[in-house]
Amino acid sequence: MTDYLADVAALARKDLRLELRARDTLPAMVLFVVATLVVFHFALPGGAGDDAAYGLLWVALVFTSLLGLGRAWAPETEAGALDGLVLAVSDRSTIWLGKTLAALAFLGAAELVALPAFALFFAPLDGPALAGVALASIGLCAVGSLVSAMAAAARGREVLLPLLFLPLAIPLVVGGVGSSISPDPGTYLAFLGLYDAVFAILSWAAFEYVVTE
Amino acid sequence: MAEVVVRARGLEKRYGSHPVLRDVAFELAPGGTLVVTGPNGAGKTTLLRLLAGLAAPTRGSLEVAVERARIGLVGHEPLLYRELTALENLDLYGRLYRIDERRERIGMLLERFGLWDARHQRVSSYSRGMTQRLALCRALLHQPSLLILDEPHSALDAEGASLLDEELAALAGGHTVVVSTHDPERLAPFASARLELERA
Repeated sequence: MTDYLADVAALARKDLRLELRARDTLPAMVLFVVATLVVFHFALPGGAGDDAAYGLLWVALVFTSLLGLGRAWAPETEAGALDGLVLAVSDRSTIWLGKTLAALAFLGAAELVALPAFALFFAPLDGPALAGVALASIGLCAVGSLVSAMAAAARGREVLLPLLFLPLAIPLVVGGVGSSISPDPGTYLAFLGLYDAVFAILSWAAFEYVVTE
Repeated sequence: MAEVVVRARGLEKRYGSHPVLRDVAFELAPGGTLVVTGPNGAGKTTLLRLLAGLAAPTRGSLEVAVERARIGLVGHEPLLYRELTALENLDLYGRLYRIDERRERIGMLLERFGLWDARHQRVSSYSRGMTQRLALCRALLHQPSLLILDEPHSALDAEGASLLDEELAALAGGHTVVVSTHDPERLAPFASARLELERA
């Protein structure tokens, strides 16, 4: 178990180092989510209410995560490094988990900017809404890291990734919006937790087959 | 499999309906060096990827009596991160392979392949020949039992090619090597067997 976690930590740290050096993912995510919220701020009619604003927040967050996931495997595909990792790690699922943690760090950093901006433009986020964002982000990154690995290995990856990712993200949007606006957010948070558990286990188990031809 | 490291029987690989390898059979004993030759498109790279466990055969059997972590691979791509330095790349692989005294081993290889002075440079700033040398360092880092080399002399200058020949000479007999090439004469001194592939 210690070796497994050491591999995951080394792989996630590598992704953070690459991003700190290249800065080609996180700035784009932050710019996109802030620009989207600014556009929504001016486009939303005055009497639209907070419920519509929460819906738009989730549109912004899902597409921000999609932007990050589209670049997630670029360092591995550029020079065939994924093959090197597949041969080196003791368990191939460590590659998926390392990538998921790195994607979560990037999405979390974008949300650190996006959520205060949302509160400034629209409405404050309460505890259940923040918990919904946290749980949905885990699900977005867990599923997204798997499907972006599948898309990265295929031709037409730019088309394939949204086709695979967006249908799987719909339950997370439903849970996220529900936890923000429902009088009973606990049900939606439990649903998000269940989704995270089920899809994390499925992604963990399936990754082996994604990286083998 | 007691005295055979690799055994292939009726090996076939297809991508869709397109056959890449058909009815390939060979055996390789421990410490042997198999030289794989053939024209472009004959399936040399595909065969080496099958041996490394990076692809699965469509038909036939392939037994490799070496665990995955004991395989070293030099492919057409360097299998490195271009935005990491040579040292960072080898350190990452050293951690994943759990190499004892990793820093000493990395330093020794970088010295041996003439990359020590460029160890803090990003791989993206390397020439093709330097990248190939670093790919060899990566493949040899964990002292693999089975070394798979796909046209390893390509991109190397005369000095790099000589270093590789010296390394192959040192490995011959003690390690099992499978190497594809368009220049079998160069590898003749190390070869214990030869496999000629034809377009499927």
